[in-house]
Formats: sequence, structure tokens, C-alpha cells
Amino acid sequence: MTDPAQLGLRESATFDRATIASIQRAARTGVYDIRGWGAKRAVPHFDDLLFLGASMSRYPLEGYRERCDTDVVLGDRHARSPLHLATPVTIAGMSFGALSAQAKEALGRGAGEVGTSTTTGDGGMTEEERGQSKTLVYQVLPSRYGMNPEHLRAADAIEVVLGQGAKPGGGGMLLGQKISERVAEMRTLPAGIDQRSACRHPDWTGPDDLAIKIIELREITDWGKPIYVKVGATRTYYDVKLAVAAGADVVVVDGMQGGTAATQDVFIEHVGIPTLAAIPQAVQALQELGLHRHGVQLIVSGGIRTGADVAKAMALGADAVAIGTAALIALGDNDPRYAAEYEAIGSAAGYYDDFQDGRDPAGISTQDPELAARLDPVEAGKRLANYLRVLTLEAQTIARACGKAHVRHLEPEDLVALTVESAAMARVPLAGTSWIPGGNHA
Amino acid sequence: MDAVSPVTTLEGARLDGRADDDRATGDRAAGDVVRTIDLHEADVRTLNAELHAPRHRRYEVLNSQGAHAVAAGLREEIEVRVRGHVGYYCAGMNEAAHVVVDGSAGTGLAENMMSGSVRVRGDASQSAGATGRGGLLVVEGSASMRCGISMKGIDIVVGGSVGPMSAFMAQAGRLVVCGDAGDGLGDSIYEARLYVRGGIGTLGADCVEKPLREEHHAELAQLLAAAGLDHATSEFRRYGSARSLYHFTTEHAGSY
Repeated sequence: MTDPAQLGLRESATFDRATIASIQRAARTGVYDIRGWGAKRAVPHFDDLLFLGASMSRYPLEGYRERCDTDVVLGDRHARSPLHLATPVTIAGMSFGALSAQAKEALGRGAGEVGTSTTTGDGGMTEEERGQSKTLVYQVLPSRYGMNPEHLRAADAIEVVLGQGAKPGGGGMLLGQKISERVAEMRTLPAGIDQRSACRHPDWTGPDDLAIKIIELREITDWGKPIYVKVGATRTYYDVKLAVAAGADVVVVDGMQGGTAATQDVFIEHVGIPTLAAIPQAVQALQELGLHRHGVQLIVSGGIRTGADVAKAMALGADAVAIGTAALIALGDNDPRYAAEYEAIGSAAGYYDDFQDGRDPAGISTQDPELAARLDPVEAGKRLANYLRVLTLEAQTIARACGKAHVRHLEPEDLVALTVESAAMARVPLAGTSWIPGGNHA
Repeated sequence: MDAVSPVTTLEGARLDGRADDDRATGDRAAGDVVRTIDLHEADVRTLNAELHAPRHRRYEVLNSQGAHAVAAGLREEIEVRVRGHVGYYCAGMNEAAHVVVDGSAGTGLAENMMSGSVRVRGDASQSAGATGRGGLLVVEGSASMRCGISMKGIDIVVGGSVGPMSAFMAQAGRLVVCGDAGDGLGDSIYEARLYVRGGIGTLGADCVEKPLREEHHAELAQLLAAAGLDHATSEFRRYGSARSLYHFTTEHAGSY
């Protein structure tokens, strides 16, 4: 096909080909686009930050000889049994239902191998998941699907989910194709229906109620478990302050690049703020409360891909990060070996985001027994463990270069920004200047 | 989906709150001794710690005075009598235990109950029985809004009325209201069955009146009997899901 540009044709920046296709699709089907993954638009991100390695004015650590620790303690504010993780890279909440049982097991295996935690999702806790996850965080979501006090007690920590970065203000969604008999039974729903989760919790409204809800959860579990509160990144400064006031031991902030199994495209792309913009707001809130790095831990998620991203999130003030999309890719999502099959369902390896429709050739975002059987939980778990090790080693490499004996010792002072936008959001100076745009914060 | 499921049975008359005002006496077997915990002297943490690993079968809680999370997270088949009002989440996530409150209850009474029974002699605030998966909740007075929200198998019997948005997204179980129900009853309801004796403000999206057949009279009679109420089942009307919103289409945009 001739390149249209060579014919002198000009593509509209406003009505580009993807926009035209989406209008045509809407006109054809009368249904809005529901898909998985997170925001695909370009937003200021960790790529727009650089580290200032040590040289004359700072002293580096020897790359392969001097220690650079990565362990993290989560939830030591009120809980009798805080989590001790070997690496600050955790696995974000993803449901059985959205994912196959094999995928959930693989996540547990991979995380367990490197000493980090996994998280349940909007569908309750499965035996496979509890069995294979050394450290498991149990989510309390608005839907309360499968909510079971035995599972609360069996968990290592509890995460009260107010929202996620892909859809702050929206509830879960699982389309009928994925409501198998087992998923339906766990959620107490008829099989095959399009399931729409609530977006508000059924038994509390607002931060004052949440404080009491958290006390109830602590009472039920005899004050043993750390309690996380997860928010989608929007008014992060205020949300973090309110979460802490409500009693959270750990606050999880999920930026708009954070993934979802099924959400309206318009929601994913147009609601929420980038991870980069959310972290300094959360850190400011914790600092003003005197709890940053002393009392309440901050977990950041949404677009973490590399050890550099891990290091940058921590330098900006996170205590740990969570990965979801990247973990699925490590398991085998979007693997080129299924290229022909992705094409057969109208997608392509590297582009596949139809997690909602249950036809995942890689056997991850599906409940189809034949597709799910393609994913070997042991092998996939090994791949995830490898990837988690790489993330950890990469973060250590950067921390040592900056002269830090612990990745948590990285600080904003180690960072500069490449663009004015990222400098303003991350609150670090534009490279080569001392200029931090933005001024008065919060 | 409309199959009749058995009513959770309450053990004896004690749980109707009428036949159990006797205190422990020395010559009873240890298991029968009523252990009294006074929340003027002990805090809720002490109370719940004991109730989670009970050394007695029967407990009495004094001076509850609106405390939160009273008797939350019980999982042994014990009997707990709370003398006074309780705050939020009383008997939250209850399993197996039988709890009676001689007073009124705050938000989230018996939320996510798994089994056992909870009876409140007074009124209940918002979200009574929210997300409950089993057991029987009886509110002798009235319950506020969102009673039975997202219920997943619990049976709830309310002697008086319920507020708006009750049985919102109710998935399974039965809600019996002997008085009136507020606006938006059963909005986006799934497979729960609702019985209301009085008037309805409005029905929520996809909630419709359904015929009260023989099996429904039977289950309603069982539920009323379990709650200690003796209304005629013929005085009730049944509501449930039209099941028209179970599958997404934008043609429903105006229905929600």
C-alpha cells in the first residue's frame, strides 16, 4: 500500500485514524468500548525523570560488592504482624474471574519465590491462590463478592479498595463470557450475566465511617493484620490524608496508567491523574502528618515497568510499588508466539487489551478451561520471579550509583526532570536548572 | 432460581429474647454459666477477644452504650445478649453465634453475616445485613436505608419498615418487611426475593412485583415464624428481578 503521505494526503491531528475508527465502531455497534489494560495515551511518566549518579560531590557504592538492601516492612503502625518483604515490588490486586485460576496461582508462585506479596481481587480468595501465595493481601471491595471472615483471618494483610487508577469512581465489571460456574458461585451470581460491581461500599460512606469500618476489620482479625487503603489517583493529597485519618497502616495510590480487566475506554483514558503527579501529593500528605517513612507506608502503582521506575517511585517517596500489567506480561500476556491467534480475534501481540472478553490466547485473562490450561503456573511463576529479580537488581544498581545502601534511601534530590511538565508534577528540578515549576502545592 | 431454601433455624426460644432473663447460678454446669462483661470496665477489644475464643457458651454484655464492632467476628456457636444500644457493625461477619441486642443498632448491623442469627429488639440504622451471606437477621423495629444492600444469601426480617434503596443489588437471600419500604426498593436486584406487607415508595431499576405462589407462602411463613411474628402471609406482596438488565446493552441507558 502506498504511504498516504506520499500522495500528499494529510491526517487530521484531531480526527486521527484511531479516532475515526472509534467513531465508526460506536456508530456500528451502539455500545461503548469496554476493554482491559490501563491508559494508553502518553502522559508524563517516570521516563521523563533521570537520576543524578554520584561523582565528585556524592560517593557511590561498589556495584557488586557493597550491600544495597531492598527489604521493606509494611503495616507496622497498628498491626501486630506487619509484612516483611524482601523486595519492594509487590503484585497488585487482580481477581480470580478476571484472571484464570492458573494465572492467579502463577502470580502467587512467582511472588513467593522472591519474597513479596500478591493480592486478591473483586472475586474473593481461591484455595489455589492462598495455597501458592506466601504473603497474600485480601481485598475488601464495594461488591464484597465472596467476602468471608475466614479469608480475612487467613490473609496476611487487608486492603480496603476505594478505587483504582484505571477507573477512580467506578466499580468493577466482569462480562458474561467470564462468569463461569465457579466464578458465579464465588460471587453468588447467576452464571453468564454481565456483572456490574458497585462503586461505593455498602456499609460505610465517607472517611468518618471508614475509620469505624477499619476498627471492625481489626476487631474481627484481632488487630493482627495490617490494613491498607487503596485509592485511584485523583485528589491524592486529600485522599491520602483522609485514608490515614481513617486508620490506614498503608496507603496504596494507583495512577491512571494502572490496569483493569474491564472498564469503559472513556473512563480509562479520561479519569484520574498520572502516577507521576500523584506520588508527590501523597508524600506531602504523609509528611505533613509526620508519618512519611515513619508510621504509614506508601505503595505506588500504575505503569511500573522497570527497576528504574521502581527506583524513581521510591526516590519520590514511595515505600514500595505494585505491578499488575507488567506482571501479566511476565506471565506470558501479549506473547508473540500467539501472534496468529491474536490476529484471529482482531488484535495483535503487543496490542491485546480485550481482557474483558475471555478469549486470551495466553490463557491469562480467561475462564475458558482450554485456554487457561495453556498457562503452566509453575513456568509462568518462574518467569514472574525472574522479572521481579530483574526489577529489584535494576533498582539496586541505580541506588548504588546514587550512593545509597538501601533503595529506600533514594530521595527527590537524586532526580531531575526532562520536561517542564514532569518537573512540575514530580516536583523535581528541570535538568540543568534549579527550577521546579508549580509553586504552591495542594 | 426461585427455589425455596430452608430457613435458618434458631435454637430454642432464647433467641426471641423473651425466655432468658435468668442469670448464672453456682450449681449449673460450667457451660451454662452466663459470663457477664461490662463495657464500663472492659473495652470492646477485651470483649471481642474473649468472644473469639470463648470459654463460655453464653455471654451478657452490659453498658454497650453505642460502642462499635460489639461482638464482631464471632465464629463459635455461642449466645450473646447485649443489654443496651450498639454502634456500627455489631455482630459484623457473624458465623454460628446467636446475638440479641436489647436496644437499637447503628450502621452495618450484622454486615456480611455468614450464619447464626442476630436479633435487634429496637431499630437498626443504615445497611443492616449488608452483603450478608447466610444466617437470620431480625430487626423488631424498623431499619433505615440500604437494608439488605448487596445481600448474598442472608435472610432478613424487619418488623417495621425499611428506608430507601433497600435490597440494592441484592444477589440472594430473602428480605421480609412487615411495614413499608422506601423508594428504590430492590434497585438492580439479582436473585434475592423480597416480601413487603405495607406500601412501597417506588421500585428500583429492574425490580418488579412477582406472583406469590404456594412455595413463597411457605418460605414466608417459615421466615415469619423464625422471627416470632405472626402476620398472615396473604398480607404480603413479593418483589424480585425482572432480569432485564442482566446483559449490557446501551438501549438500557435510560433504565438505570
